[in-house]
Amino acid sequence: MNNPPDIAQDPAEHEEYAHGVQQHVSRYLMVGGLLLFFTLLTVALSYVDFGGFFSWLFHMHISPDGGRKLNITVAIIVAAFKASLVALIFMHLAAEKRLIYRVLIFTGFFVLGLFWLTYLAWYDPISR
Amino acid sequence: MEIPYTISTRPDTGLWNAKVGIWLFLASEVMLFGGLFSAYVFLRLDAQPGEWPHGVLNVPIGTMNTAILIVSSVTVVLAWAALKMRRYRAYWWYMLATILCGIIFLVVKLTFEWPPKFSHYGVFLKPEAREKYEQYLGNHRREEKGLDPRIEITGHLENKEALTDSNIKEYEIAMDPANADPDNPSNDRAHFIPLPATDKIAKIEKEDVERIDSFGPWHSAYFASYFTITGLHGAHVLGGVLVFLYMWLPVSKKVYQRNPEHLANRVEVSGLFWHFVDLIWIFVFPLFYLL
Amino acid sequence: MDASTSLETHGEHHHEAGHEHEHHELGFWRKYIFSTDHKVIGIQYGLCGLVFLFLGFSLMMMMRWQLAYPGTALPIIGKWLPYIFGANSMPDGKMTPEFYNSLGAMHGTIMIFLGVVPLAFAAFGNFVVPLQIGAPDMTFPKVNAASFWAFAVGGVIMLVSFFVPGGAAKGGWTSYTPLSDISDKGPGFHLVMNGQSLWLIGFIFLITSSLLGAVNFITTIIQLRAKGLTWMRLPFFVWAQFVTAFLLLLAFPPLEAAIIMQLMDRTAATSFFLPAGMIVNGAPLHISGGGSPLLWQHLFWFLGHPEVYVLILPAFGIVGEILANNSRKPLWGYKSLVFSVLVIGFLSFIVWAHHMWLTGMGSTVSAFFQTTTLLISIPSVIILSAFFISLWGGSIRFNVPMLWVTAFLPMFGIGGLTGIPLAFNSADLYLHDTYYVIAHFHYIVAPGTIFGLFAGVYYWFPKATGRQMSEFWGKVHFWPSLICMNVIFLPMFLQGMLGMHRRWYDGGQGWTLSGEHIWGLTGFQWNTPISWAAWIMGLAQIPFIINFFWSIKHGKKVNDNPWEATTLEWTAPSPPPHGNFVTTPVAYRGPYEYSLPGREKDFTMQNEPVDPAERSRRMAEPALVH
Repeated sequence: MNNPPDIAQDPAEHEEYAHGVQQHVSRYLMVGGLLLFFTLLTVALSYVDFGGFFSWLFHMHISPDGGRKLNITVAIIVAAFKASLVALIFMHLAAEKRLIYRVLIFTGFFVLGLFWLTYLAWYDPISR
Repeated sequence: MEIPYTISTRPDTGLWNAKVGIWLFLASEVMLFGGLFSAYVFLRLDAQPGEWPHGVLNVPIGTMNTAILIVSSVTVVLAWAALKMRRYRAYWWYMLATILCGIIFLVVKLTFEWPPKFSHYGVFLKPEAREKYEQYLGNHRREEKGLDPRIEITGHLENKEALTDSNIKEYEIAMDPANADPDNPSNDRAHFIPLPATDKIAKIEKEDVERIDSFGPWHSAYFASYFTITGLHGAHVLGGVLVFLYMWLPVSKKVYQRNPEHLANRVEVSGLFWHFVDLIWIFVFPLFYLL
Repeated sequence: MDASTSLETHGEHHHEAGHEHEHHELGFWRKYIFSTDHKVIGIQYGLCGLVFLFLGFSLMMMMRWQLAYPGTALPIIGKWLPYIFGANSMPDGKMTPEFYNSLGAMHGTIMIFLGVVPLAFAAFGNFVVPLQIGAPDMTFPKVNAASFWAFAVGGVIMLVSFFVPGGAAKGGWTSYTPLSDISDKGPGFHLVMNGQSLWLIGFIFLITSSLLGAVNFITTIIQLRAKGLTWMRLPFFVWAQFVTAFLLLLAFPPLEAAIIMQLMDRTAATSFFLPAGMIVNGAPLHISGGGSPLLWQHLFWFLGHPEVYVLILPAFGIVGEILANNSRKPLWGYKSLVFSVLVIGFLSFIVWAHHMWLTGMGSTVSAFFQTTTLLISIPSVIILSAFFISLWGGSIRFNVPMLWVTAFLPMFGIGGLTGIPLAFNSADLYLHDTYYVIAHFHYIVAPGTIFGLFAGVYYWFPKATGRQMSEFWGKVHFWPSLICMNVIFLPMFLQGMLGMHRRWYDGGQGWTLSGEHIWGLTGFQWNTPISWAAWIMGLAQIPFIINFFWSIKHGKKVNDNPWEATTLEWTAPSPPPHGNFVTTPVAYRGPYEYSLPGREKDFTMQNEPVDPAERSRRMAEPALVH
């Protein structure tokens, strides 16, 4: 998962270097195709009634509301997968410097804190 | 005076300045969109049954726009790779493709996506009047099946003058299929290719109406967040296009001729921004179009 | 351009004197107004910040008249104010309730976002940080200039909002919804040209400015530290600015999101913060509803709490520098100070709901936030204790910067300790929104942060100008300010405990306070001494203003290191030229090497190499090694 190396100062090595980058190019194209495929997949999956499917599969009752939640979960999983492809390959996060990981870990922590703590405060039993 | 590490990397961090800068900026963008998405999540969780519209956006167009953004993400990373291989001509074409993708995205948004919303109306009925319009709502069947009730009749407003003229006592709505044929199970879920409003007209007395609004941001918390988030996202796309335009113009060729790595770095950081914009859209698309 | 091209390609950058000639051609406008030099931008921020501080204080001086003598016309200036703010705001020089609310909201906004943040973070950060880390400039000089100009535009929009119909924002500096969503909405409502909408738009510019600044600061500190200047050799001030920048970077965007949403509520008729069924002026509001006022509070305080650390951390940094310098001792517990600042920065993101005890949170969540709130007091206490211990056994020089700093310590202590009752929701039920809260946070920000800022102005003035401000007039500035600050804010604790609400237009005159007295005065009667102290403090700033401008041209000329300090900024010429240092600095030691044993002078600068004799001594005594 290494990123293309910085270009060699020596022009003689340039050919080899360009070849190295070329390999990355094919990976970028593959990831782009994958992303397009998953876009179509998520559209298709949104028309699947997961509630009905699972109640048939497990012989249990799932309300339409519960079914919708299943569809939401599936769509979020697909979106998260696509997003991580973009982040890891296109944005080179698969192999990045430690400093950038640190910044992003803190950011992720705080954004989750924003959601999670607000959620807790929102649904704490005294107010509602 | 020179600022160190604008092009070469600082040994202990292994990074050049703009790369640190853009990632910090993206961190703040994560928090910005995090705040907006938190509004979406909490307002949706708070919505009463039937309040949150479903399937009101055009899925094929949304899918196409998603694909356009993904393609542009690929082309921008190819543009960068072309610079790394010192192929300026290829870079120029890939960058042009990226810019065109961004422009198409915006044009689609501003012609096919947003404007039709403002001429499509929803009539919210008072709770006590909903029984009266059962033929358009189909709530008896929906209740049996455990679906959320319909509280609104949507479609094309035939007598727009009724909005302002208090002498007119009724709204005449050419209903969308879901209201025109409410008990048909195929209308429980929006169709992939959206059907136009039917020519079946509902006459709704103003006395029974809680409020009538077009599908603008004022329609509901859903459309409020839709217009705000996609609007801000669109502003990011526009910003990205302008930056790319600068890097595509002959001005930047001079940078390339002076030091190709300098332009490659610039394309890399603006590309990171562009991928981020793409990444936001990857979440926007299912949240607003599909769910 | 060829010379610079070859330099760029190599990427290795040595400071070359021959390279300077390009910049001498800059005209007045490029050099002093649209400059990209971090020092000029810092000074621009500083001057604007000081002006805004005085402006915000002036608004408060007007309010203090209304509080002490409610319903009477302002003396002297009362005749002129209707011409400035309009006859609707100040009929016959008497303040209307609406105008009083505007003054209150704008006092808070201007003081925090246009006064203290630009001064503490942007001005001192811009001027001092690159010098202290031995950098030639910020990493992104143009972004730096853009940051200043975004701030300037935001400031102008805020000022303009005073003169639109209806006057400036009236919803308090917190702009709570739904009140702020609907304020000014009446006959003749203009979508943009009204106080609250302009407040929101101005804020977007201010947030942009802070974000650009924060990105720049963090990158600069990470990338441009001089050779040998490791993280644990950074001056404490740089650490404080580093954490502050992170707070701005990550806490401001959610507020920006909220501000965009409130602007949408006001201009595009959305209902992000409006629940259904709102009745305004007796008529139901035509809105979709489905929004939540509490959403605003969460997003606002997600910034709001880190913001108070944005206000105080730079002051901590300044205090640390001056304290070490004037007690001629290393700062005690440097590492614990650094880690305390980091912990404060981290915790400040997860305490915000303690501003919202009265919103009906349940016990689980309030237990969480009470715990984190009390946890965050620990690093604050560590910092203050370390400062006090640094004084112990030092040979203290009481020059003007040091006077402000020594006053800062107990003032901040009072402010911090009186915050502890507010951290408990049971006590806060009683004290919420009273003058007690006002007194608590003003003790931190006014005699706390602003004293720190004054100390910084006196301390780094010689670096910026090559001249020193007058010591005598500095003391004339200091003593009345210290006394007046306490006469203003100490009685407010009493007023608050009597139950006086912070937003009363008549200063509590209409409320008899159940006949309770403290030291013979009712809560309302305490307003009079407080107000007089505020006006006297206004007068006490005049020596500072004169001293400041007079000293630029006529102050005592001093050498490059007048305070005999150790950090790198004092190795540069005063004022530093474009590019800052004559020779690229290299750091060999920690930031506060005062009174090293076996040395002729009592300070050893960071760029002085360690000689063999010293090295062997250090080996024997590892505690000295940083």
